[in-house]
Amino acid sequence: MTTTASGPPVQAPARRRTRRRTTDRGFNRAFRWIAVGSGVLMLAVLAAVALFLLVQAWPALTASEDDLAASVPRYPADTSLLAYVGPLVFGTLLAAALALALATPVAMGIALFISHYAPPKLAQVLGYLVDLLAAVPSVIYGLWGIFVLGPAVLPVWEWLGQVLGWFPLFAGTVSPTSRVLATVSVVLAVMILPIITAVSREVFLQTPKLHEEAALALGATRWEVVRTAVLPFGRSGVISAAMLGLGRALGETMAVLMILSPGFLYSFKILTSAQHQTIAAYIAADFPEASGLAVNTLVATGLVLFVITLAVNMGARAIVARRKEFSGAN
Amino acid sequence: MAQRIDVKDLNIYYGDFLAVQDVTMTIDPQSVTAFIGPSGCGKSTFLRTLNRMHEVIPGAAVEGTVEMEGVDLYGPDVDPVAVRRNVGMVFQRPNPFPTMSIRDNVLAGVKLNNRRISRSDAEELVEGSLRGANLWNEVKDRLDKPGSGLSGGQQQRLCIARAIAVKPQVLLMDEPCSALDPISTLAIEDLIGELKQDYTIVIVTHNMQQAARVSDRTAFFNIAGTGKPGRLIEMDETSTIFSSPAQKSTEDYVSGRFG
Ligand SMILES: Nc1ncnc2c1ncn2[C@@H]1O[C@H](COP(=O)(O)OP(=O)(O)OP(=O)(O)O)[C@@H](O)[C@H]1O
Ligand SMILES: [Mg+2]
Repeated sequence: MTTTASGPPVQAPARRRTRRRTTDRGFNRAFRWIAVGSGVLMLAVLAAVALFLLVQAWPALTASEDDLAASVPRYPADTSLLAYVGPLVFGTLLAAALALALATPVAMGIALFISHYAPPKLAQVLGYLVDLLAAVPSVIYGLWGIFVLGPAVLPVWEWLGQVLGWFPLFAGTVSPTSRVLATVSVVLAVMILPIITAVSREVFLQTPKLHEEAALALGATRWEVVRTAVLPFGRSGVISAAMLGLGRALGETMAVLMILSPGFLYSFKILTSAQHQTIAAYIAADFPEASGLAVNTLVATGLVLFVITLAVNMGARAIVARRKEFSGAN
Repeated sequence: MAQRIDVKDLNIYYGDFLAVQDVTMTIDPQSVTAFIGPSGCGKSTFLRTLNRMHEVIPGAAVEGTVEMEGVDLYGPDVDPVAVRRNVGMVFQRPNPFPTMSIRDNVLAGVKLNNRRISRSDAEELVEGSLRGANLWNEVKDRLDKPGSGLSGGQQQRLCIARAIAVKPQVLLMDEPCSALDPISTLAIEDLIGELKQDYTIVIVTHNMQQAARVSDRTAFFNIAGTGKPGRLIEMDETSTIFSSPAQKSTEDYVSGRFG
């Protein structure tokens, strides 16, 4: 081999390859910076929100009970801030939990029907309809809750109050206005239904064919295929879906504000009016007229909501991670 | 009890596409029957009609009869679910249920059939099935660990244990060793030899030596060209197929002079 003959053909591709590798590296580096950058940005935004809440809430957190009672409307005398926020937290959690309990089974049912039972055409239409539910603004849900759903479910609430009145949730006088936590929970359930359904449907559709066929070949009926292959595979996905829904239910403001006749009690009587209030609706309702320490108090309750939402999300992650070994990810 | 299968004039469709045409064959009980043939000739497709798994694919259809001890599997009042409980299947890729422990995997089929089973019976069945699949000694200390944590060969034997736990009459295997190393392959071939005492076994394989080693009878499928239906070319004693087949194309295929 002579140098002249072998030189150029060897060098040319080599140079080209180097160049391509440099641009590859460029993309890699750019991608890494974008990834790291957006991660840092998210953290910074989160930290900024937390900081804002803390700073604004601080005067309320440190104020004496007498000062709070003097400047915050509806603040009972001789009550700590914690005792004051308590019923709001209770109302928020109760409404969200009821909504989740109502929505999750229905959403899973719809998602399973769409992914494993319905003929393809019907499945498509249904999926589309459920997605449309997500596009309805919450003010509309509020109006609908007051004028349509409330009167419609009133006979059901009355029946529950009569027949199951011994059960704590259905105890007390059934409000004839229907502007009670039960109605709110149903509206919230409808509002979080689309997100839970959409995520669950995606998860169910991803069940490996291999596992569905394994179940079928053992002589599984359609429902048994769902039980042995689809549901276990989708478990963690459904939990994440439910948590997304819970997050929305916890923070929902407008519909609750419009429908619920508020109260500030630790009460399980979801058919009785003037028992509960949620944090988000409370802040929205009182903020326009608040000033001074009252504003700080409202921000403090907002801080509590922020902490609850964070905790819910972290809890969901823990649940999903706990059964990773059995999740099929390996 | 092993059972005999008679297939008559079977045509198999995917929508309008005729994938396998006019198969007539008899599969003997307590024997191993091997299906060989080039890729795409319809071996898997035909195998899946023997437990009515073919019809779970949208648009799939079957004409003709598949009789098991005289009962047509495609008769009007035969429940496909019942057929699949009688005819077990092992797939090409090991597919234990990833969310279940080894024990629950073995019991999956039994629990499906909605039978209540006592703890001691369950333990016995798990041990018996895993022993039957030559896996017991390797997993007896970790029955509660997930099945997906086993090696590929062990997973495949777990799938065999799961299939035989429901005591089927027939066991279908679609290239059960194609994802396995030679040692696991040998373990499964030995197992097939033992299982044929109790079951009718049908195995699809691309490995001629394997067909020659494990099977009593061999069926050769072929296809005339892409888009054409696959056909059964001939079926005979395995020794005959590999030494003096009746058809020229069979001889070409088994001697590696194919295509
Ligand atoms: N789900 C399906 N839908 C439509 N056509 C299919 C489907 N599965 C298989 N086919 C077609 O049916 C024919 C037979 O396929 P089959 O999988 O039975 O072949 P095979 O003999 O098992 O091949 P291999 O040895 O590669 O596994 C092929 O033409 C294939 O393209
Ligand atoms: Mg195949």
